[in-house]
Amino acid sequence: MREVYDLGMSSVGLVSFISLFMGAVTAIQMAQNFQGADIPVPNYYISYATKVVLILEFSPTIISLILAGKVGSYIASSIGTMRVTEQIDALDVMGINSPSFLVMPKIIASVFFNPILIMISIGMGLVGGYLIGEATQMWSSSDYIIGLQMPMAPRLFVYTFVKTICFAFVIATVPAFYGYHVKGGSLEVGRSSTSAVVWTSVILIILNLILTQTILS
Amino acid sequence: MIEIKDLKKSFEDIEVLKGISTVFETGKTNLIIGQSGSGKTVLLKCLTGLITPTSGQVLFDGQNTTKYNYQERQQLRGEIGTVFQGSALFDSMTVLENVRFPLEMFSSFSMKEMDKRSEEVLERVNLTKESFNKFPSEISGGMQKRVAIARAIVNKPKYLFADEPNSGLDPKTSMVIDQLLHELTVEYNTTTIINTHDMNSVMEIGENIIFLKNGFKEWEGDKNEILTADNEAVIDFVYSSKLFTKLREVLLKEKSNSIKK
Repeated sequence: MREVYDLGMSSVGLVSFISLFMGAVTAIQMAQNFQGADIPVPNYYISYATKVVLILEFSPTIISLILAGKVGSYIASSIGTMRVTEQIDALDVMGINSPSFLVMPKIIASVFFNPILIMISIGMGLVGGYLIGEATQMWSSSDYIIGLQMPMAPRLFVYTFVKTICFAFVIATVPAFYGYHVKGGSLEVGRSSTSAVVWTSVILIILNLILTQTILS
Repeated sequence: MIEIKDLKKSFEDIEVLKGISTVFETGKTNLIIGQSGSGKTVLLKCLTGLITPTSGQVLFDGQNTTKYNYQERQQLRGEIGTVFQGSALFDSMTVLENVRFPLEMFSSFSMKEMDKRSEEVLERVNLTKESFNKFPSEISGGMQKRVAIARAIVNKPKYLFADEPNSGLDPKTSMVIDQLLHELTVEYNTTTIINTHDMNSVMEIGENIIFLKNGFKEWEGDKNEILTADNEAVIDFVYSSKLFTKLREVLLKEKSNSIKK
């Protein structure tokens, strides 16, 4: 339960804040494109396009990249500190399988809570779009709600869900690997934390392409 | 009893342990001493199974543990208690949770029984109830060492290992920790092996001492023999402080006086 808080609950505020503003920005950009287009595009497409962008790419990928930084550095540094302070040796001497003991709860917590975070992100992004529309009067709230109600292909939801689960696994395991194999002192813990964030981000980006090509093509 | 036979350990091209043989007896505090880099920690890690020796044998009550498979090793680890140099307490757990942890992993006790046993050992190492719910970062270094000792003995181990248990402690607290380890050795009849370079510990609890130098066993004896040892490396190590140099002068003077008589 503590892992769920550390890896998930503690990120709700950050994810909500970023998603609210990014949803608003995305909606404004969509409005700029659609309202300035040569062919007239109904205003309800603004919220529809915002919704599609949030569900397909922004929430699962960008939020996962942000979590790779926040949660990834936490996992790598906490496990790395346990390594350099001999806490992992203490587990090993007691006969406890330390990789499984330390990493498994993080994988479970991350895979369980990441989809919840992504759903919160999508919801907050859509709220952000709605609020900015109300504030600027660039589109009407009824148009925005009509657009949100427009259907999306079910496989797009499957795609987002699969991406979210795979990304959650990467966010928990790659930093754990870096933290577990730290040798040295606090400087090395810092370095491993940085490497963990960099490589988690790189793997997420590559995995995003592979999953998109595999599921959507 | 733990016996090691011709124990060698190399890291790539560097040979750290160069064929060490000795016996650590049960019910005694056995000390491994030597300068930094002499191979003390590597030897202790070979004994606890954290490092696999390159060659040689480690016999726990006659059983060669270097040939143990994973399950046998795990079973043996249930009989081992270890006190690490930096205490190695789990930061996220309270004092009581740290001590209860090995019981949660290996015993079939109820939570009430585990708490009772944990509180017993914490009281045995002279910790008061006020500290039970504190986190390791909230207690002093000496108290952390006591918690580490309590955690090591909570499962009533047959073998107790301590790596530099006095590092970072003041001389008075060091003496208390030494005495505690010695008392627990007698009380639980454990085979206790302590790594140290603290001469006060040697004089306090050194019932069987092995002196390592550059990966070799240079000398073996007890706390009474070490002061009059004629091994140059031992003399250099023991009398590196002014206090012990003066003590040596007095001892040599006494020795020559007794010869004259």
